[in-house]
Amino acid sequence: MSKRIGVEVSIAAAEAVGLCDVDVIAAYPITPQTHIVEHLSEMVAEGHLDAEFIPVESEHSAMSCCIGSSAAGARTFTSTSSQGYALMSEICFIASSMRLPIVMAVANRALSAPISIWNDHADLMYSRDSGWIQTIGENGQEVVDLLIHAFKVAEDHRVMLPVTVNLDGFTLSHVIEPIMLPDKAEVAAYLPRYKAPLRLDPKNPVSFGPVGMPDVYTEARKAQDEALKAAKPVIIEAWKEFGDKFGRYYKPVETYKAEDAETIIITMGSISETAATAIDHLREQGKKVGLVRIRLWRPFPGTELVEAIKGAKNIAVLDRVCSFNGGEISGPVCLEVKSLLFDRGMNPKVMNFIAGLGGRDVTVQNFEEMVEKASNGAAPTPYEIINVRE
Amino acid sequence: MAKETGIISWKKLNLGIAITEPGNASQLKTGDWRSMKPITDREKCTKCGQCYIYCPDMVYSKDAEGYFVQNYYYCKGCGICAKECPVDAITMVQEVD
Repeated sequence: MSKRIGVEVSIAAAEAVGLCDVDVIAAYPITPQTHIVEHLSEMVAEGHLDAEFIPVESEHSAMSCCIGSSAAGARTFTSTSSQGYALMSEICFIASSMRLPIVMAVANRALSAPISIWNDHADLMYSRDSGWIQTIGENGQEVVDLLIHAFKVAEDHRVMLPVTVNLDGFTLSHVIEPIMLPDKAEVAAYLPRYKAPLRLDPKNPVSFGPVGMPDVYTEARKAQDEALKAAKPVIIEAWKEFGDKFGRYYKPVETYKAEDAETIIITMGSISETAATAIDHLREQGKKVGLVRIRLWRPFPGTELVEAIKGAKNIAVLDRVCSFNGGEISGPVCLEVKSLLFDRGMNPKVMNFIAGLGGRDVTVQNFEEMVEKASNGAAPTPYEIINVRE
Repeated sequence: MAKETGIISWKKLNLGIAITEPGNASQLKTGDWRSMKPITDREKCTKCGQCYIYCPDMVYSKDAEGYFVQNYYYCKGCGICAKECPVDAITMVQEVD
């Protein structure tokens, strides 16, 4: 039976990985991911989890270990943040191209300099094109559920791609929430043992990761691109099966009071709960505003997002990163939204706010101001950094 | 995978471009990388085998008369054999065609 407990989200995330009966964890501690791997190492040391915990000397080594372990056919997990994710990034691209179903929790944190251990989405956007499936949790329950779902999707033979589950550092990773942890047997029924379609085996030798000459590299990239495209229906199917088993249903894009909204704000991650409160306040004043939250970041849920925002006249997009593009174009999430709308011939007013950098609070009042500005079509383009002292 | 005849549809590639046939590098034609070709002058050659030892691509093999002959399927034209030949029996000549 599932049980509901009050627990720190990082600890719950580690417990979820344990429930998935992971075989190998290779990780290096970095704030704010630390509690996730600390707890996993405790679970292994105390005999609660029958897995190999490899305490590596860097994140580059962590992902390298994960590649070896996953290529050998083991269910493999790691976790990182920010600078560690950046150090790991060379190997992240290799993991997805080699089609290895590694699962990673990323406690999102700003990139240096100046040194910041606090939350924003710089690391998430930096890793955007790494070929991984990427989901973003809003609360602790969702992080637990997304992790279990991540293994299910990654290891599906129709997918065979690594998955990151993103959770906002501190503002989500370190809070204590009531979380329903499923029973191990229930998880096992949802998530059968991993059977690698191709693995390192001395009896049947194969080479992983060879050189790709110009006569094959384009085909290799095309095959990987198609794999990520083909993953979306499997991701949705796995959420459906998850919902049927555990009673909690997920989809690529979440909407809140968006159906008849003239103005919609698009967000990602835990900050969306603050945005929802702002939407409630504005709705009480009779304003037709709504919230759309992106849960599935890669593959990008274009069809679902268009469906969610198609009725709106004004769209505000929140970016949690300064992407240094020269100031004549918008931030990364907004660019994707604009590209999507342009290709479909849709032309609402799209405004871009950049907020919540390096742990700066974004309050309910901030959200109300952003949505009001967007309602009046008053936000400067291509973007505005809010909450900045002149 | 990347054989001489390795022009292949993306749909037929192995998962992750893995190589499932061990030792298939022997089928990879590296000879078409070459712009200069090593030619051995048998009048000067002492059959010492330095070319065989130094060649990074196993291009040379011994024939019935004891001379070391090139397999141009693999020779990339690096010129190490010509540089190392102690009697200057190997010269690099421009590839034509």
